[in-house]
Amino acid sequence: MLDLQWLLIAIPLASGALLLVWGKESDRFGHLIGTAASAASFVLGAIMFAELLGENAEERSHAVSLFTWIDAGRFHVEMTFVFDQLSALFVLLITGVGTLIHVYSIGYMAHDERRRRFFAFLNIFIAAMLTLVLAGDYLVLFLGWEGVGLASYLLIGFWQHKPSAAAAAKKAFVVNRVGDLGMALAIMLMFAQFGTSAIEAVNAAAPGATDTVTTSLGLLLLLGACGKSAQVPLQSWLLDAMEGPTPVSALIHAATMVTAGVYLVVRSNAIFDASEVARNAVIVVGLVTLLAGAWIGCAKDDIKKALAGSTMSQIGYMMLAAGLGPAGYAFAIFHLITHGFFKANMFLGAGSVMHGMDDDVDMRHYGGLRSMMPVTFATFGLGYLAIIGVPPFAGFWSKDKIIEAAFGQNFWVGLGALLGAGVTAFYMTRLMIMTFLSEKRWREEVHPHESPRVMTWPLIALAALSAVGGILLLGDWVSEWLEPVVGHAEHHELAVPAIVLTLIITLVVAVGVVAAVVFYRREPIAAETPSSVSIFARAGRHELYGNELNEAVVVRPTRHLTRFLVWLDGKGIDGFVTGVADRLGDTSQFLRKPQTGLVRSYALTMFGGVAIIILCLLAVTLA
Amino acid sequence: MILTILAATPIAGALILALLPRGRTDHLRAKVVALGVALITLALSLVVLARYEPTSGGYQMTEEHSWIEAFGAHYSVGVNGIAITLILLTTILVPIVILASFDDRLPDPRGTNAYFAWMLAVEGLAIGAFAATDAFLFYILFEATLIPLYFLIGSFGGPNRSYAAVKFLIYNLVGGLLMLAAIVGLYVVSSRQGDASFLLTDLQDLEFSQTTERLLFLGFMAAFAIKAPLWPLHTWLPDAAGQATPGTSVLMVSVVDKIGTFGMITWCLNLFPEAADWASPVIITLAVVSIVYGALLAIGQDDIRRLIAFTSVSHFGFIILGIFAFTTTSMAGSTLYMFNHGLSTAALFLVTGVMISRRGSARIDDFGGVQKIAPILSGVFLIAGLSSLSLPGLAPFVSEFLVLAGTFTVSIPAAAVATLGIVLAALYILIMYQRTMTGPLAPGAEGVTELRPREIAALTPAIMLIIGLGFFPQPVLNAINPAVETVVSHIGKTDPTPKTPTPIDAPAAEEGGH
Repeated sequence: MLDLQWLLIAIPLASGALLLVWGKESDRFGHLIGTAASAASFVLGAIMFAELLGENAEERSHAVSLFTWIDAGRFHVEMTFVFDQLSALFVLLITGVGTLIHVYSIGYMAHDERRRRFFAFLNIFIAAMLTLVLAGDYLVLFLGWEGVGLASYLLIGFWQHKPSAAAAAKKAFVVNRVGDLGMALAIMLMFAQFGTSAIEAVNAAAPGATDTVTTSLGLLLLLGACGKSAQVPLQSWLLDAMEGPTPVSALIHAATMVTAGVYLVVRSNAIFDASEVARNAVIVVGLVTLLAGAWIGCAKDDIKKALAGSTMSQIGYMMLAAGLGPAGYAFAIFHLITHGFFKANMFLGAGSVMHGMDDDVDMRHYGGLRSMMPVTFATFGLGYLAIIGVPPFAGFWSKDKIIEAAFGQNFWVGLGALLGAGVTAFYMTRLMIMTFLSEKRWREEVHPHESPRVMTWPLIALAALSAVGGILLLGDWVSEWLEPVVGHAEHHELAVPAIVLTLIITLVVAVGVVAAVVFYRREPIAAETPSSVSIFARAGRHELYGNELNEAVVVRPTRHLTRFLVWLDGKGIDGFVTGVADRLGDTSQFLRKPQTGLVRSYALTMFGGVAIIILCLLAVTLA
Repeated sequence: MILTILAATPIAGALILALLPRGRTDHLRAKVVALGVALITLALSLVVLARYEPTSGGYQMTEEHSWIEAFGAHYSVGVNGIAITLILLTTILVPIVILASFDDRLPDPRGTNAYFAWMLAVEGLAIGAFAATDAFLFYILFEATLIPLYFLIGSFGGPNRSYAAVKFLIYNLVGGLLMLAAIVGLYVVSSRQGDASFLLTDLQDLEFSQTTERLLFLGFMAAFAIKAPLWPLHTWLPDAAGQATPGTSVLMVSVVDKIGTFGMITWCLNLFPEAADWASPVIITLAVVSIVYGALLAIGQDDIRRLIAFTSVSHFGFIILGIFAFTTTSMAGSTLYMFNHGLSTAALFLVTGVMISRRGSARIDDFGGVQKIAPILSGVFLIAGLSSLSLPGLAPFVSEFLVLAGTFTVSIPAAAVATLGIVLAALYILIMYQRTMTGPLAPGAEGVTELRPREIAALTPAIMLIIGLGFFPQPVLNAINPAVETVVSHIGKTDPTPKTPTPIDAPAAEEGGH
């Protein structure tokens, strides 16, 4: 079965294509086909994973080449798919969480007349995401990379009649293309330098390359990762992307696609191992995004945007871990998986809340939903405990490890990561209070209710995973499992014993929780967004002015340049051409004038000409 | 003989159409005859393809007759991998164009016969130009394509058609004159070194002085650079495409303009390798400027047809860049790009042609929210647009990446600036899609109804090829590779080798690929 990885991709791809071309008659059952396709992929993935478990650690990488994709000149790319320890974990995450979200969407999108198309796009996303993680060549990875970008574009803009959704979809695609610029150049550099873009071959060649090459490769790949994973400075699209239907936010913009950047760094570990500059850049990007995302998460009243800020921040943790090199790769992937569980859980929970609140996303109109939506509340609560890192829930294990490793690298980096943990506890507690606890601030016409079973069952499953996901770490299972792929992790000696650090982290988290409780329970929460707030809150609400910065630095200058060039093209270049044509016409008109048809004027001209020739001859001979 | 028959079939079809009595009302007979001739030509081209052996390379199915002995002109045809690729592009696109143009609203419906006859004439002349292996024959056919296009633009286009047609004609004639001068120059050089001949094989053996070679190269290159619009010689294209019917635009941009880039490889590089090398830094610079400039101009357009014309300026920049980077990878990419660009631009012009004809306006602002009432139309538009922005999985990506990757091995700055094009391409396509297809339905756009079965039938083959070749470009590349390798070795270039080759025995390290 271990050479069937192509089938993992083919099933959802075929289903997606079928749903797109099948006519209206499939509206009644299209969503079931889509869900079944995702589930079939999951079952196959699980069987393959079980087989992989039974093999020796060194023999767990299975590559299958389907056909030659491109062969021209020296350039050669095989359509290769590799099922190994790293891609196997992703396959389970993508198809597992993906299937739960398919099921949830059956209920969430029940009243949408274009539900069949929604499932087609979800299926295409699953296929593209699997291509991304199974690819054995960077160009095949790029195929999946752009494929998920397309699916993301289609799904953010799924409600195209809303101008805001269409604009957000375009923005996501364009900002990602800036990252793709880095990816594309990195692949070209690999080709020029190593003569191949096969992932295994590139990783084997990287240690032999010069520092300039590995650093350039690392930074270019990081640019790509920043785009896809919404890391500073290419973060601005993610919050806008919340315009998409909530299952999309859960699947694509929380659990899977946005973590592709982390996957890319970990998969390219030999390149980053060879370049300290590139690793440090990854750490800086991760740390800055971690804090920026948390800051934004504290200030947003829109529940989805608050969660999106949190996603940025959590991916910042993963990036940070990946930047630590072999010491952090496994923890990055571990946190990626637990985050996939609890963030998908909370996004779907938010969707469930919105479902009951007539699609209102403003938390200031929520409050007291605990009793109206008990299942949503309970499952969301488990996700909450997991993300803030309360032991023994999943996030505690994974985040603890990252902070520990960060302190092993550098005190200040560790401190930043620790601070982030406190802020995370603050904004998540704020979200819980504003939504489920506190007094009700519902609009009059709203009648909150629990969501149907088809939506709550996936919540329960994900909540269970959020609770127990940490057991993956038992006996350092993740680190050992991934070791053949990412290399051996050396443990840094810490200044204090690990248990003390764990206590400190837990204490910081507790401070964050208490601060939020004090802050938001002290007085009733206003049902309108207060306007007189601190400069910090205002900056957070404006997403730290990232959009304004892009507007000023990139968008407006490009617009002016374009306008200028349009003017130049018409007046300058084409003006020159038409000008030449006009002058030719004028000259012809002028030359026509002497052609009077009068013999005496011709005779006079001849006489003048002869006279000039004689004068010239005289001048030459006399000189 | 088969190539002659292939080129003569559409010409004969054009003559039949011209002689056919005009229909009374719907002119259906003329349309069906035109489509039938185009399909027969397509079938013949598939016979040519079946007879062609990609592995053996070189010119095949050659035919040679003395034509004008006084100056050594021959009727000489043959196809290599590059020529057959472009001939297939032509024979695939023409039936699509004819079927899509059935309902074109012509200024004078009585001209229907002529409209389709001129289209078939373009097809025959283009096939001839791609197959010609004699410089004089090529020149005649290259220039002859101007005549049908002039009438297609000038008689059947929009309100400003006369101006656009004259501009198109004069612009291209200027290039043609410079090429004529170079043809005369070739005759002089050739007759001094023995019997005068215009055969490609004979011309390749000529000895030139440095200055002569450069001047002759510039004569050819000027004509090709105008045809395949290279910045700053591009300004005729937006005017022509803005006034022509969608079908004419496709024939002009997807087929005839390719004779320009085809000519650069087949004539400029084969005849004047040293001059081409000498000029390459300037041409590469102009190509990169074209890529960025065309894309920026496309972003700034308000008219859908002019926007597509400017995207083509950008895409032609990629094609020319790949040719003059002189690597097998980039040149194979360029040749494949000619094919793919033909398909994707055809799909884009034809689907927007439907929109424009239903709305009665080509202004982007006159559309909006069309997706709601015409989902299939908007889906086809999106796929065509995504292929124009080179999304992986669609055909143009492969060719664009080959161009960039090959160029990168010889010039990192050129490749890096050209790669900016992928960001700008996303902008011009997605802004246009957003403004025309999304949001609330714009007032006045209610009439932009769903694609009809005939329109779907015309567009489906193009869309299928765009998707299919995105994943399986190899059949086309297998034909292109040997021809491109011959050209690159003829100009005395070898591909740069990887600086630190991978220790793993990767497939790329194997001799000959697979």
